[in-house]
Amino acid sequence: MTFWLVLTANSITFGGLLFLLSAGFSLIFGLMRIPNLTHGSLFMLGAYVGATFVIGMLGVKMNFWLAAVLATLTVAFLGALAERLLLRRLPGDLLAQVLVTLGLAFMAADFCLMVWGGDPLSVATPPELAGFARLGILVFPNYRLAIIVIAGVVAIGLWLLLERTRLGAMIRAGVDDPDMARVVGIRVSQLFTIVFALGAGLAGFAGIIGGPILSVYPGLDQDMLPLALVVVILGGTGSLLGSFVGSIIVGFIYNFGQALLPELAYFVLFLPMLLVLLLRPQGLFGRHVP
Amino acid sequence: MSGRYLALGIALVALATLPYWMTGIYYINVASQILFYAIFALGLNVLLGYAGLVSLGHAGLFGVTAYAVAYILQLGFGHSLAILGALVISMASMAVYAVLSLRATGIGFIMITLALGEILWGLAYRWISLTGGDNGLNVQTRPELFGYSLSDVNTFYYATLIIFLLSLGAVTVFVRSPLGAALMGTRDQPRRMNALGYHVWAIRFHACLFSGLLTSVSAIMFVYYTQFISPQTLALTSSAEVLLMVISGGAGTLLGPIVGAGLVVIVKTVVSGFIERWNFLLGAIFVAIVILMPEGLVPGTVRLWRLAWRKRARDAKAVPGSAEAKP
Amino acid sequence: MSRKVTRRKFLAGTAAGAAAATFNFPAPAIAQAAPFKLGLLTVKTGPLAQGGIQMEQGIVTFLKEKNYTFAGRKVEFISADTGGNPAGTKTKAQELIERDKVDTIVGPLAAFELLAITDYIAQQKTPCLSLAAAEDMTQRRPNPYFLRASATSSQAMHPMADFSAKELKLKRIITISEDFAFGYEQMGGFQQTFEENGGKILKKLWPPIVTPDYTPYLAQIEGVDGVCQGFAGSNPLRFMKQYQAAGLKYPVVTGETGGDDALLRSYGDEALGLHSACPYTLDLNTDSNKRFVAAINKDYGVDPGFYCAGLYVNGMVVEAGLQKTGGKSDDKAELMKAMKSVSLTDTPRGPIKFDRFGNVIGDIFIRHLEKANGKLINKTVKTYKDVSQFWTYDEKKFLEQPVYSRDFPPVKS
Repeated sequence: MTFWLVLTANSITFGGLLFLLSAGFSLIFGLMRIPNLTHGSLFMLGAYVGATFVIGMLGVKMNFWLAAVLATLTVAFLGALAERLLLRRLPGDLLAQVLVTLGLAFMAADFCLMVWGGDPLSVATPPELAGFARLGILVFPNYRLAIIVIAGVVAIGLWLLLERTRLGAMIRAGVDDPDMARVVGIRVSQLFTIVFALGAGLAGFAGIIGGPILSVYPGLDQDMLPLALVVVILGGTGSLLGSFVGSIIVGFIYNFGQALLPELAYFVLFLPMLLVLLLRPQGLFGRHVP
Repeated sequence: MSGRYLALGIALVALATLPYWMTGIYYINVASQILFYAIFALGLNVLLGYAGLVSLGHAGLFGVTAYAVAYILQLGFGHSLAILGALVISMASMAVYAVLSLRATGIGFIMITLALGEILWGLAYRWISLTGGDNGLNVQTRPELFGYSLSDVNTFYYATLIIFLLSLGAVTVFVRSPLGAALMGTRDQPRRMNALGYHVWAIRFHACLFSGLLTSVSAIMFVYYTQFISPQTLALTSSAEVLLMVISGGAGTLLGPIVGAGLVVIVKTVVSGFIERWNFLLGAIFVAIVILMPEGLVPGTVRLWRLAWRKRARDAKAVPGSAEAKP
Repeated sequence: MSRKVTRRKFLAGTAAGAAAATFNFPAPAIAQAAPFKLGLLTVKTGPLAQGGIQMEQGIVTFLKEKNYTFAGRKVEFISADTGGNPAGTKTKAQELIERDKVDTIVGPLAAFELLAITDYIAQQKTPCLSLAAAEDMTQRRPNPYFLRASATSSQAMHPMADFSAKELKLKRIITISEDFAFGYEQMGGFQQTFEENGGKILKKLWPPIVTPDYTPYLAQIEGVDGVCQGFAGSNPLRFMKQYQAAGLKYPVVTGETGGDDALLRSYGDEALGLHSACPYTLDLNTDSNKRFVAAINKDYGVDPGFYCAGLYVNGMVVEAGLQKTGGKSDDKAELMKAMKSVSLTDTPRGPIKFDRFGNVIGDIFIRHLEKANGKLINKTVKTYKDVSQFWTYDEKKFLEQPVYSRDFPPVKS
């Protein structure tokens, strides 16, 4: 019985982490039509930078949440730089965007290896969330439950941003029709920088939040990028609700699939992804047929 | 115009005489690798450059062919059967791959091919009785062509060169043919092509098969060269690598993929011996290409060359002292 | 690379040569002026770089200690980055052998890399010393040019199982390891010995190599009194953290990669109590180990682990082999024979010698992860002496059974 409960709880928490990872990708792709293949690297950079702050520099250890905020800002800044200096020159040029994002991914991966070496870094769980919670017969780590809360807060925050603020309205207009948005006077290029920075920051945030669970190691970028792609495909691009629901669904498929169908462990995510693509290419909640 | 033919002629002569002026077996081997990876890139370019379809799973098909060769050889059959069998298997796989992927275009196509590539990679790991899992399969010997053994470095190089030239010829013929033109039409204006009565899906499907043929030829050369195949060859990073070869060299051009293949192979094999952080360098080169020549190395170089010529011609024509003279 | 042969050198050489011929001395250094070329195949980019970097540290430390001179001959060291994939390994092996004309290769790191070049190195008659644990390289498909001074995948797991059954008194274990050959071979070896000693393996779990979250597997661990894991690279760190987060408290036993001393700097308290079996242990009290650890501490500021020590020992074997051939490396078969016959008593991993397949017979150390002075250490609690790749089994019988795989030995329950 606990087996099912643990898997269910973990599906939701893993889904929460996946949401944090993929929300940024979905946003960038939905608005700017850029497949940001650097996304995994941004996740890893956020994890490394955050881990460095948590482990402590010059003997000063930092509070986990402060480190997370700083890591997020750092990665958001790097994202903004990449957008302004590189991606801005390539509107609509899919191939060049693929080339530059992959090139940046190579550079980021090797950079992390240069700076942090080959050894994995352990990120300590923030002490206030260490320990376990008892929910009936289920005993589950506090931190993982906290991730559900964090993902929920971020989801609500993004929703409020998109639905209730002027910036959000401009973003939605840009997603629906960039040319009309320009005609109406929306500074689309500035918007793009902000959105890319936001997406990158989300990825970095996801990286450090995932740190206590996943640790940080070379190759983390390549491990997480396909997961982001699967979520975005299942949930549909450009849709926040799609990202959220898609993440939870992928969380369930991942946990139950690996546990119950170990023979298919390597395909457990890609088979459903393929099925969805064949039957409904725009994903569950996507609006545009890609 | 004649300048281009002269350059190509010189290149051909250089390639034909390479074993004589290239110092060392090792570098001749590097040249062989560049050539068969160039065939792979040319194959991907048929879809990427001329059909506008970005395939992120091509390494999966490459791997299927290589495994087919290795497996048939392990069963005890000879090289001719292995090669023939591999070609048949890979064309069949490509047909299935195409039918599934062509259900969508644009990002949908990219994602389906990604999923298919990952599934093939997973199969390579799990289907241990067929693939040997991550231990891979060894290919003990290389075949003999007309009495010449491909185990000899120079022979292998020449065999690869001939196959490369044939492939390049095939791609040139294809691109210049009505089918090629129709394909480019479906890339640029799919709806109009449909309205004009072209069967867009069938055109793309045939392009996929042609791409698959080139990919499998390249894979056969690869597996005989390395004499080993394992799941790493089908990983997403391998698909990304060949994609980068095509894009960095110039998608939609004949020479672009060849230059791209040369770039990646040289940095990975030769430069990595001198520069420890060669991965970073490779990424930086790609970023630089995007900044300076986003259309790719070959079209970009041609463009810059033409600009330089035009500037020279303009300067030469300007009469000194007149308003047209450049400072 | 021309050397100016001055008259003095020439005369000295001739005199020395004449003296050698007369008195049967081993050929002096002057007559062997060409350097001995040692090539390293390692991984310095990508996820495998963790072990690859440590490998280079190990061999370079040994070379520096010997002042880049083996048996009176200068050593030229060439390092090649394979990128962690088999095609790259083949290419770099070709570079080292065909372009750089190396006399011996140390490395590569991974089993699949080694398998990609095994035919090639035999064909080129280049001695190769690797840590790659692929069992059949020294069992059912032995390569005469291959030497392994570390261990096969199961070499340390047999004693680990023995210890688990006899000293930890464990009876029911679930194994969990990555879904690839190294995992299968480790767990297979553990299972065979554990079950012979009255234990029972209830289930064998195989998460794919890329598994960010092990919870779906951890949720299946119950009804046991111990867990055996065989993770490698950076996965042990993640596994132990998630193991603790899953609320599991059963004792965990592991092999050479799961409890590697090099991971101690990354591990946290979640790893306390871990028992591991390894051919190398940091606290081994031999002179060479003390020297080795001090040198690594000084040059790199870290404690060495299994990969680092492995390459250092490889260096020792190469040097000892060269001592036996009198510095000569032209006849590769002779060099190989010399290295295979090497028997050392003072190495960072204790005494070693090789069996007829080229695999090491050496000590396996059982360690217990504890805290001392606020730092994590692996305390050696038992030493199994002179363990071979066949453990206590009859060699012939062992070779007749299939190689340890996902389904062999089969789970009986």
